[in-house]
Amino acid sequence: MSEWWTYRPEDFLLFSSRVYWRMFELHNAELWPLQVLTLAAGLIILLIAWRGIGARWLALILAMLWLLVGWSFLWNRYATINWAVAYVAPAFAIEGMLLLMIGSLLDALTFHRRGPARGIGYLILAFALAGYPLLSPLQGRSWASSEVFGIAPDPTVIATLGVMLLSRGRLLPVLWPIPVLWCLLSGMTLLTMGEPQASAPLAAVALAAAVWVGTIIRERGSPSPA
Amino acid sequence: MKSWMPTTRRTFLRASLAAAAAAHLPVALHAQQGSPIRRVIPSTREEIPIVGLGTWITFNVGDDRVLRDESAAVIAAFFEAGGRLIDSSPMYGSSQPVVGYGLQKLGRPSTLFSAEKVWTSSSAAGPPQIEQSRRFWGVPKFDLLQVHNLLTWKPHLQMLFQMKASGAVRYVGITTSEGRRHDLLEQIMRSEPIDFVQFSYNVVDREAEARLLPLASERGIAVIVNRPFRQGALTDRLKREKVPEWAAELGASSWAQLMLKFILSHPAVTVAIPATTRVDHVRENLSAAAGPMPDPVMRERISAHAKAL
Repeated sequence: MSEWWTYRPEDFLLFSSRVYWRMFELHNAELWPLQVLTLAAGLIILLIAWRGIGARWLALILAMLWLLVGWSFLWNRYATINWAVAYVAPAFAIEGMLLLMIGSLLDALTFHRRGPARGIGYLILAFALAGYPLLSPLQGRSWASSEVFGIAPDPTVIATLGVMLLSRGRLLPVLWPIPVLWCLLSGMTLLTMGEPQASAPLAAVALAAAVWVGTIIRERGSPSPA
Repeated sequence: MKSWMPTTRRTFLRASLAAAAAAHLPVALHAQQGSPIRRVIPSTREEIPIVGLGTWITFNVGDDRVLRDESAAVIAAFFEAGGRLIDSSPMYGSSQPVVGYGLQKLGRPSTLFSAEKVWTSSSAAGPPQIEQSRRFWGVPKFDLLQVHNLLTWKPHLQMLFQMKASGAVRYVGITTSEGRRHDLLEQIMRSEPIDFVQFSYNVVDREAEARLLPLASERGIAVIVNRPFRQGALTDRLKREKVPEWAAELGASSWAQLMLKFILSHPAVTVAIPATTRVDHVRENLSAAAGPMPDPVMRERISAHAKAL
């Protein structure tokens, strides 16, 4: 369809920054105090990854949060101001189902990662849990509009990138595309809005992807055990 | 450099009427002070105030009750100041239901001139989309339906002509923005019996003056101007710059008014549709549609001054 090429990213930015950030404020108010539970879930994920025991429970918790964010935030809220999100929300359901199948039902993820992926994985996971809610007040917006893990998409997706760096498993590559694409989409949206926060999802995905690719190259280059 | 002559209400009237007569486009002016000037829709001779209300971005506030009420207040101030035409699109997120919310709060003003668009790549999806839009607005039918950004324009335009023939819509038009595909737009303006055309025109983006505006006059097509402030970029850029003293002669106290007067003073322009989230801005925009308008020399001066800044 020839007409589509005439559109630019700005043409698909349908809302103002004020509307965008108020959306998080309204969503937080509507779901409060669920944030306490989702942050606790985040700490449980961190603990499981650290101890390396209970990987299927980690995947189950993460899968539930992907489904929750996709349904409650993307489908019910964000899609009202951005029709394109109605096509993106099912991707969150797919990622949730993949986590459920690969990580929980098949128990195909383990957490015994070593090397740079381990350190960077924890760093990204900690940033998503503890750093992301601070971005709102640090940029002069209210605490009420903070993006919280398990409630807002960006910290949930970025935390998943951290978890994936910490994990191993033959089916792990299947889990990567949707988080990577979301970070690019969210980063581009914020960039088009002129928001400095665009650097958060873009830097997280760039770092995670670089470390993951580096890990794969290193593992393929190392001699196989006899 | 061209010499500058002060513009009075009388000289503006004379200049506008002369320009309109030259372009065979009647210009109706309200005598009473403060009322927005009206222009004639060539295909029916119906008069319409020259400043309308756009909804792109500004009215896309979702389910946010506070912002919905702010949008409703903007719509109320718009009608209070004498405005009539509100323009929206299915592309604009929640803008359509927000317009409907504002209209409902006002008791559905009878002076409303509803301008909507069809925006889908599927020709079959056009009629149901228009019906959905109508429900969002809560109107019995639209005054104007336009093919948005020339998307799948042939089948949509034929469908809209059929709707007009059956009385389901009063006017048919086509839109583009930001200088996109002016060649195709020109071709459609020459070949199709459209009532309205919509494109971008402002103090900086003046390509439309070369062909589209003269062609609209020649073909008797009403012109809606979108992005009069380049989606707020021009007003943002100029907000720290002092409004020139000579703007007072046009009754303009802000850059927004000066830039609007530049657009509105072109005799081929029927309506400009600035979008805003603020009641004071909608009043300011409507007040730019009254009082003296710049003559051609003054128009050049406004454009040159804005470009230089």
